Amino acid sequence: MDILRFITAGSVDDGKSTLIGRLLYDSKSIMIDQLEAIEKQTKNREDGDIDLALLTDGLRAEREQGITIDVAYKYFSTPKRKFIIADAPGHIQYTRNMVTGASNANLIIILIDARHGVIEQTRRHSIIASLLNIPHVVVAINKMDMVDYSQDTYNNIVIDFAEVATSLGLKDVTYIPISALNGDNIVGRSQNFSWYEGLPLLDLLENVEVQQDSDLAHARFPVQYVIRPQTDVLHDYRGYAGKLISGIYKKGDKVTVLPSGLQSTIKSIEIGGKEIEEAFAPQSIVLHLEDNIDVSRGDVIVSSNDLPKLEKELEVLVCWMGNKPLAEGNRYLLQINSRLVKTIVTEIQYKLDVNSLEKQYSPGTVQLNDIVRATIKTASPVPYDSYSKLSVNGGAILIDETSNVTVGACMIQ
Amino acid sequence: MWLARENNISEISSIYNSKEMSKHQLDHLEQLESEAIHIMREVAGQFEKPALLFSGGKDSITLVHLALKAFRPGKFPFPLVHIDTGHNFQEALDFRDELAEKLGEKLIVRNVADTIKQQNLAEPKGKFASRNALQTFTLLDTINEFKFDACIGGARRDEEKARAKERIFSVRDEFGQWDPKLQRPELWNTYNGRIHKGENVRVFPISNWTELDIWNYIRRENIDLPSIYFAHDREVLEHEGQLVAMSEFIQREDTDKISTRRVRYRTVGDMTCTAAVESTASNIDDIIKEIIATKTSERGETRIDDRVSEAAMEDRKKSGYF
Ligand SMILES: Nc1nc2c(ncn2[C@@H]2O[C@H](COP(=O)(O)OP(=O)(O)O)[C@@H](O)[C@H]2O)c(=O)[nH]1
Repeated sequence: MDILRFITAGSVDDGKSTLIGRLLYDSKSIMIDQLEAIEKQTKNREDGDIDLALLTDGLRAEREQGITIDVAYKYFSTPKRKFIIADAPGHIQYTRNMVTGASNANLIIILIDARHGVIEQTRRHSIIASLLNIPHVVVAINKMDMVDYSQDTYNNIVIDFAEVATSLGLKDVTYIPISALNGDNIVGRSQNFSWYEGLPLLDLLENVEVQQDSDLAHARFPVQYVIRPQTDVLHDYRGYAGKLISGIYKKGDKVTVLPSGLQSTIKSIEIGGKEIEEAFAPQSIVLHLEDNIDVSRGDVIVSSNDLPKLEKELEVLVCWMGNKPLAEGNRYLLQINSRLVKTIVTEIQYKLDVNSLEKQYSPGTVQLNDIVRATIKTASPVPYDSYSKLSVNGGAILIDETSNVTVGACMIQ
Repeated sequence: MWLARENNISEISSIYNSKEMSKHQLDHLEQLESEAIHIMREVAGQFEKPALLFSGGKDSITLVHLALKAFRPGKFPFPLVHIDTGHNFQEALDFRDELAEKLGEKLIVRNVADTIKQQNLAEPKGKFASRNALQTFTLLDTINEFKFDACIGGARRDEEKARAKERIFSVRDEFGQWDPKLQRPELWNTYNGRIHKGENVRVFPISNWTELDIWNYIRRENIDLPSIYFAHDREVLEHEGQLVAMSEFIQREDTDKISTRRVRYRTVGDMTCTAAVESTASNIDDIIKEIIATKTSERGETRIDDRVSEAAMEDRKKSGYF
C-alpha cells in the first residue's frame, strides 16, 4: 500500500465537492455520525437528498457565507492505496489555494462541465498544473447525465483539451466521463458509458504509477538538525539529521557540502537508530561523514558527482500570495527546504496571464494571485535545481520579514 | 522502536529490510513516518523552546515514538508536557510516568485544579462535569511560564471537519487563538515557523495520518499502550447510548443504568467526557479488525463534548484549545 496525493480543480459548480463527497461515500470512508450531521444540515435546506458536497465544506464561517475559504485535506483509502485529497475551493483566491494544494500533488483531477466544455478556467487550471509540474493529469468530464451520456459531446471535449495539453506539454493525461451526482464511472463501471473503454475513476486513481515520481538520480540532503548527544559514551557522535529529498546515498559515497563546497565521504547512515547500507528518497535519516567539517542546518549535502547550481541571483516564477503588492526593490526572506536567506527582488520581467499564458511586460503592481517572472538576489549562495527538473530542490517560499507571513511561492527556473 | 516490547525487536528491524526497500519504495506508513520525523526536526531546527504536548493517549504516544526515531541517540530537544485535568484515567497517568522515566526524558505536569484555584475559575457543573474547556487556561499559563514557542500536538486532520484545514505549522496569537483566515499557505515540504514574540506555533506531525494508520503503525512498531485501550471489564453508566466509566467525578443518580461491561477506549481523554466502546478486542489485531468494521468515527463515538454543537471543535480551537 502506498500514498497518492491529488488535487481537484474546477470552477464553481462544476461538481468538485460532489465528486469528493462521492469518492468518500462510495469508498465507505464516511462514518455514520458524520453522515447524520450532514443529513441534519440537509434537512434545513429545501431539497431532500443528502448533499454530498457538505462533506467537504469545513468551517462555520464558510458555511455562513456559503463559500469555501481555504485548502482542506480529506483522506480515504482502499486496500491498494491511501489517498490524500487537497480540496482547493474555486473562487477569487483560487490561484493561491490551488498552487498551495498542487505543490504536493502527484495528480490533478481537472473537472469540466460537459455542458460547457473547455472554458477559460480549464485553461487556467491546466496552466497551473503545468507550472507546478504535477506528474499526472486526469480530465474528468462531469455532469454527463445532463448531456444524455453522449459520446460525441465527450469526444469533442477531449479533442479540445488535447490541444491545451499539447501546448502546455502536460504529461500523462487521461480522460474520463463521469456523473459525480449519480456516481457513474466513479467506483465501478456504469451502464450509461457502454462506449467508454477506460477504467472507472477510482480504479484509475488506484493504478496510476507514482513510484517514478520521486527522483532517485540526484542525491540531495538538506540538513535540518545536528544530533550531538555529548555524553561520555557518545562524545564524538555528530549526526546530520534530515530527509533525503531525492536520490540514493550509500556508505562510501563522495559528497559535497553546499554552499561551503567542503568535501567528504559518507561514513555511515542511520535510520531510526539502526545503521543501514543505503538510503533513498524520501527517507528521513541521519548521515555521518568521515571528516570533521563544519556542517549546520541550512546546508545541503549533495553527491560530488552531480552538483546542483549554486547562485546568488535566481530567476523565478513567483505566485504572489501576499495582500500587500509585490514590487521591485522589496526585501523578503527566501526559504528553500531548511535554508533561509535574505533576498531582494531586483527585477520583475513580466506578468503571466494564467488564462492565456500571455506575457505582460513591465507590469504595474503585482497583486495577490498574480504569477510573475522575476529576478531575485540573495545574501548568500543558494544551492538549487531548476524546478522543472527536480521540483523538491527548486521550490521556495518568500516570507515577509515584518509580518512573518508566507507571501510568495517561487519556482526557480 | 525504543518503546517496543523487548521480545519483538527483530520484527521491527525487519521493516527496513523488506521487499519494498530493495525496490526503493516506501509503503504508506513509512512515508507518513518519514514526513512526521521531518516535521519534528523542523521544530527542533526552527524554535528555541519547543514542547511536546503529551496526553497519555495513543496519538501522543506515537509522537513520542517518532521523536525517538527523529532524535536518538540524542536527547529530545523538548520536554514532554502534560496538562492534567485531574479527571484522567489512572492507567494513563501511570503509563505516562513510566514512559518518561524509562526514556529519561523530562516531563512537566501542570494541573487544571491549580489553575482553577489560582484564577478562581468556576468548576464546571453538571452530571458529566468536564474540565476539558479549562485545559486551555492551564495550557496557556504553562506556555507562558516556560515561554514555549512551539507545541507539538497529536491532532489529525481526519478527526473533524475544522481540523481538515489545519496547517501542519499552525500559528496562534498570544491568547492561543487560531484564526482560520490568517493561516499561512503551506507549500511543498517547507514550513514557515517564524513568529513574533508572544505568539506560538502548534505543530501537528501526524496531520496526514488516519486512526487506522495510527493503529497499523502501533502494530508494526510494537508500541506499548496503556491497558485501557484493550478490552477489560469496567463499571459503566449508560447515557444516551454512550458508555461512561463510573468514577468519583460523575454525579450518581438513582435512575442511572449502571452495569459492568467488557469495554475498551478508542481515545483517552477525561473520564467524564470520553466514552468506552463495547469490545472484546484484547490485542492490536482485533482492534484493527473492529476499526475496519466500525461505522462510527472516532470522535463521534467517544467524545461526548463534541456532540454539543456541530461547530464545537471550531469554537474550542479558536479559543486556544490544542
Ligand atoms: N446533474 C448533475 N449535477 C451535478 C453533477 N455533479 C454535481 N452536480 C450539481 O452541480 C451543483 C454544484 O456542485 P458542487 O459539487 O457543489 O460544485 P463545486 O462548486 O465544484 O464544489 C450541485 O447542485 C450538484 O448537485 C453531475 O454529475 N450531474
